[in-house]
Amino acid sequence: MTRRSRLLILLLAVVLLGAVGTGAVLHAAHRSGMRDEQQADGPKVRAGTVSLRVSGRQLLFRNLAWGPHRDEIATVPAGDPQGPRTASGVKCLRFHAAAGTAICLQAVHGALEDTYRAVVLDSHLHELHHFPAAGIPTRARVSPSGHLVAWTVFVSGDSYAGTDFSTRTAIVDTRTWTIDDNLETFHITKDGHPYHAADTNIWGVTFADDTRFYATLATAGHTYLVRGDVKARTLTTLHANVECPSLSPDGTRIAYKKRVKGASPDAPWRLYVLNLRTMKETATAEHRNIDDQALWSDNSTLVYALPGDYGSDLWTVPANGTGTARRLTPSAVAPAYLG
Amino acid sequence: MYLADSRGTKAAVVPDSGPVRRSAAVPGTVLALGAVSLITDVSSEMVTAVLPLYVVTALGLSPLGFGLLDGINNGVGALVRLAGGHLADRGGRRHKVVAGVGYGLSALCKPLLLLAHTLPLISAVLAADRTGKGLRTAPRDAMISLATEPEHRGRAFGVHRAMDTTGALLGPLVAFAVLRATVDGYDAVFAVSGCVAALGVLVLVLFVPRHIAPADVVRLPEPEAPRPALRDSLGLLRRPELRRLTLCATLLGLTTVSDSFLYLLLQREGNLPAHLFPLLPLGTAAVFLLLAVPLGALADRVNRRRLFLAGHVVLLLGYGLVLSPWHGVPAVIAVLVLHGTFYAATDGVLAAATAGAVPARHQGAGQALVGTGQALARFACSLAFGAAWSLWGGRTALAVTAAALAVSALVATYLLRTTDEVLPA
Repeated sequence: MTRRSRLLILLLAVVLLGAVGTGAVLHAAHRSGMRDEQQADGPKVRAGTVSLRVSGRQLLFRNLAWGPHRDEIATVPAGDPQGPRTASGVKCLRFHAAAGTAICLQAVHGALEDTYRAVVLDSHLHELHHFPAAGIPTRARVSPSGHLVAWTVFVSGDSYAGTDFSTRTAIVDTRTWTIDDNLETFHITKDGHPYHAADTNIWGVTFADDTRFYATLATAGHTYLVRGDVKARTLTTLHANVECPSLSPDGTRIAYKKRVKGASPDAPWRLYVLNLRTMKETATAEHRNIDDQALWSDNSTLVYALPGDYGSDLWTVPANGTGTARRLTPSAVAPAYLG
Repeated sequence: MYLADSRGTKAAVVPDSGPVRRSAAVPGTVLALGAVSLITDVSSEMVTAVLPLYVVTALGLSPLGFGLLDGINNGVGALVRLAGGHLADRGGRRHKVVAGVGYGLSALCKPLLLLAHTLPLISAVLAADRTGKGLRTAPRDAMISLATEPEHRGRAFGVHRAMDTTGALLGPLVAFAVLRATVDGYDAVFAVSGCVAALGVLVLVLFVPRHIAPADVVRLPEPEAPRPALRDSLGLLRRPELRRLTLCATLLGLTTVSDSFLYLLLQREGNLPAHLFPLLPLGTAAVFLLLAVPLGALADRVNRRRLFLAGHVVLLLGYGLVLSPWHGVPAVIAVLVLHGTFYAATDGVLAAATAGAVPARHQGAGQALVGTGQALARFACSLAFGAAWSLWGGRTALAVTAAALAVSALVATYLLRTTDEVLPA
């Protein structure tokens, strides 16, 4: 083959492959454009004022319904979760709120790549302070008093290895704006002994008060429920095989993801509740795989996200193992109850 | 000590080199292979850059434990690399064919990602992708060796590694541009990545010659020896020169802390803000890119093995800096400069040194043996380092590794002392 014909083939291939690539990009761009159109059968969403100082009980979440308000924090009356939504105009990937403070994990679209930040919002959802976040947001929580906020992000450390994931969890005191940006530096006590390892990962903080919290510690292929102390900077293991803990409002039980035997490696978790006094585990009536940090809507009911047609839907199930799971509202994620 | 040594030798030889000689030093085949690597790395780093985002935000999966298969993949990857090198030498040099199969396999994996929506499936596709990488590495380095005159191999490998790293740095930029244009169109990223990979394979097919006459024998009729059998490939280790080189690469690999551990330590020891963490690999890559060609050229003038050793001394300095009380952003930058210099002084240089220690018809297997020894040793080091961290904490683990690296470097110096490279007059 002559050099000329080789160059010709190359040119032809560049044109052809370029056309395929451009086609794929245009197709994807068109499809994402459709997501800005309101669904005919979807939930009604309109812009409005969203406040954390509510009269009556409200459910807040990230609205996933297609339309101009997709990804905005929206609110519905707690008694009418499938009713019309009021969208705030504030976009968050993950969100939680309590006692007039909200934490919103956002993507910042930079010139070269996306970065993330954690924004603390006041009761009118106005920014009070923001912090850079090290990776992709996954969990966010505010303490019952509204004084502490915590978040977890995923980082993939080495761009050449690529598949090696870890987490970073940070806690901020909104009274002083001090940040502990990596809980892995806390002193860990595992099974009664001091413990350190390179592979420790901590995620899914849930606050008891402004000092004590619970979270997941993973190391050497196992996960543990840990009790943390913000002031003493300690983590102590309490129970094995617990991920994404969520403390009940009365502080007696932890709802969590448990890795169960015999489940497919792709869908290994079921929703369980742990009694902190007796350490007795109870399976809930939700038998599907769940991958979320559950939320207590009251002392006997759990709310959590499951994959849905437009990303995810919110579901609810009793915490004591009775009843059946039921869909609370479609096209929503990252819920919080106020009032 | 070695640094001073190298500098002295360099000064003596510098007048020799001029721009004319420089351009002649890099044959077209090497540039073609460099282009293939550049294009392929754009494609694969596109995927690597968006994969975490895709898994977490688009698929909504928790990726922790995703890296568990890495150990198995590393082992399989090492065996595949040996097989690739051996097969490439068989049947009168099938380097191009074996490398082509490797590049092709990885290219096919990109569109497969469009269909894989669960972690086990994605892991399987990534494993296949890595198999392709393992298969092509040794034949590619063999082709670079064969196409280049022995006295210019350092520079040739440097040029190749620089092009390769350029692709790795460009990939994420292309990926995020596509992601921006499509608003979370991950399928578009995978499709474009597949197209780019296909282009890389095509450049290989069109512009890399099937038979590369070894540049050093200038068509001296290499007696049509029987095809190298597996026995012959492994028997290469009976050659004292290659045995020593493999031994040294393995020994030093055993004391080379993996990038992720080093970055983790840098962050924890230096109280680096967590959001700067993703920039650390970029720093190393940028320095590697800048220094690969100059240090490769230097390797052609001073002794390659000596530069390879000097690279590890630079790494030792880097470890020392991590352990030192000097913290803060300038300290981190200094460590990254040393880390990138280490790669530039060792990665391509080792391949060039290997090329000089094996005959032309065993280039593939020779490259595979040394590379596999090093890769398996580094993997063993990762396992040991993780265990040491759990036992003693990260700082002590690094201090112990640094001491072991110093000992390894001394032993390697002793082993390589007698085998000064014989450059053709």
